[in-house]
Amino acid sequence: MNKTESLKKKLLGTPYFIWSVIFILVPLGMVFYYGLTDRSGVFTLANVLAISTPEHSKALWIALFLSVIATVICLLLAYPLAMILSRQKNGRQSFIVLIFILPMWMNFLLRTLAWQTLLEKTGVINSILEFLHLPALNIINTPYAIILGMVYNFLPFMVLPIYNALSKIDINVINAARDLGANGLQVFLKITLPLSIPGIISGITMVFIPALTTFVISKLLGGSKILLIGNVIEEEFTQASNWHLGSGLSIVLMLFIIINMLLTAAFDKDGEGSFL
Amino acid sequence: MKKVLIDLKNISKSFDGQMVLDDLNLYIRENEFLTLLGPSGCGKTTTLRILGGFESPDKGSVIFDGKDITKLPPNKRQLNTVFQRYALFTHMTIAENIAFGLKIKKKSKAYIDDKIKYALKLVNLDGFENRMPDSLSGGQQQRIAIARAIVNEPEVLLLDEPLGALDLKLRQDMQYELIRLKNELGITFIYVTHDQEEALTMSDTIVVMNQGYIQQIGSPEKIYNEPENAFVADFIGDSNIINATMIEDKLVEIFGTRFPCVDTGFGKNKPVDVVIRPEDVILSSPAAGRLKGVVTHLIFKGVHYEMEVTACGYEWLVHSTGMYPVGTEVGIDVDPFNIQIMNKPASEDEEAVGTNE
Repeated sequence: MNKTESLKKKLLGTPYFIWSVIFILVPLGMVFYYGLTDRSGVFTLANVLAISTPEHSKALWIALFLSVIATVICLLLAYPLAMILSRQKNGRQSFIVLIFILPMWMNFLLRTLAWQTLLEKTGVINSILEFLHLPALNIINTPYAIILGMVYNFLPFMVLPIYNALSKIDINVINAARDLGANGLQVFLKITLPLSIPGIISGITMVFIPALTTFVISKLLGGSKILLIGNVIEEEFTQASNWHLGSGLSIVLMLFIIINMLLTAAFDKDGEGSFL
Repeated sequence: MKKVLIDLKNISKSFDGQMVLDDLNLYIRENEFLTLLGPSGCGKTTTLRILGGFESPDKGSVIFDGKDITKLPPNKRQLNTVFQRYALFTHMTIAENIAFGLKIKKKSKAYIDDKIKYALKLVNLDGFENRMPDSLSGGQQQRIAIARAIVNEPEVLLLDEPLGALDLKLRQDMQYELIRLKNELGITFIYVTHDQEEALTMSDTIVVMNQGYIQQIGSPEKIYNEPENAFVADFIGDSNIINATMIEDKLVEIFGTRFPCVDTGFGKNKPVDVVIRPEDVILSSPAAGRLKGVVTHLIFKGVHYEMEVTACGYEWLVHSTGMYPVGTEVGIDVDPFNIQIMNKPASEDEEAVGTNE
């Protein structure tokens, strides 16, 4: 490559570079600055270590616990769905994919608020159940409602990468396995599942990270009774105005996300499963 | 004659209302190299897929070694397939690929290791055990696909255009490789291709197909020298296909001139198609030939000259080692045994001349 060409490429990259600096690097730097200093601007690890206090670590564990459960449920729901989807004829495939993406066009907050209305003690679902003389469903303001909200909101992010990975598998590879004597279960365990792992991994990342960091779902569907780490951090910023503690806890959360990303990178070397 | 191993009886298959195979009957003998040859859409791949168990016929039955296997799933059939684009398991090493079928059958580790060694040696890829499929060239991948199939000791190997994705030189090498393999293994090969040269080189028997019908079954020599209809003549090699009239047994009239031939049994004064291969056209001085013509094109092809000669309003394709410059008046003659007489297609269904690839 000659010099002018490389210069041109650099020039084209400038807007993205400026964007990254302003919206990624600067905020990140600020988080680290606030997280590692106290109000007088002196370096301290206290904000990060504050995660070990009972109320903070409890919030972290609940968040981890609920998001793991939500991720597992998403995976169990999404895999068969993606399989069915990948086996449809082309025209119908894109239609079903559209149906899945459609709710994602609506605001995330609105969708979650809708669930609040549906699940309320005197909400839509309970009215119908009452009408049918069935026992009422009392899951609003419980961890179940939070998991439901997570699964509902993040399911498409699990379905799409898995679907993407599955539809890349050559039908003749499946046929070859059957030809060599494998039955349906063996084909699935030895061929389909291993070949779709990049999709699974990237689906897990795309569900687990937003689930772990959410504070909206827990706020709207969990009432104020269940605090996730996301809620704690949010409150430090909005109510307690303690940016230092909020940033310190954010750094801890970031650690978990980085661990997750590293695991993903290790499994998904070719970037095959990435959808977005 | 060797015994019949596979018998396809009255096989019909259509996709979305489109008839792909119509009442196909075909038997395959043990230890035979049989090629299904035809243009795309002729039904050759569908026939192979029905044999492999990946499609089930709408009508008819597949008899394997005396047993009806029409409804048997692929994993229960004693035949293995080599797919067009190799279809290797990309997440496994070469050794794991080859071992796949044997592990399913729960063979011992020692047996499997032996077989992997043997198969890799057979396809000239010793020492490739721990490589990944992606790191191999197309030709190597195809040989692994063959190795993966033959370690299972199938009685029949189905090959679906296995050389289609390879370049010319590699394809020719692989053709000899396949003949050698077939002789070493002593099993039946059923080979699908649209490449007539490939079919002529490797096969014991060629089945020429078009539009879901079998056009002709025979040895390569028979298919080439005595095509039964215009489609076969046109599809296999270059040929001059000419409207003619059979005057009587052993006498045919081509462009108003009578030629002695060797065919009998076509009746008297009956319209027929005549096939004359370009290398069988004899050029001479205008006075010496039965027909007179003028050379209109001349190309040097290495082994021979390719000429086009216009005579009686027809462009004759001629291959000859003798050269006649463009514009030369020449005489045309054909030896009686080089004139192949064919019946005109009797019905629409039999009308065989389709679009070539």
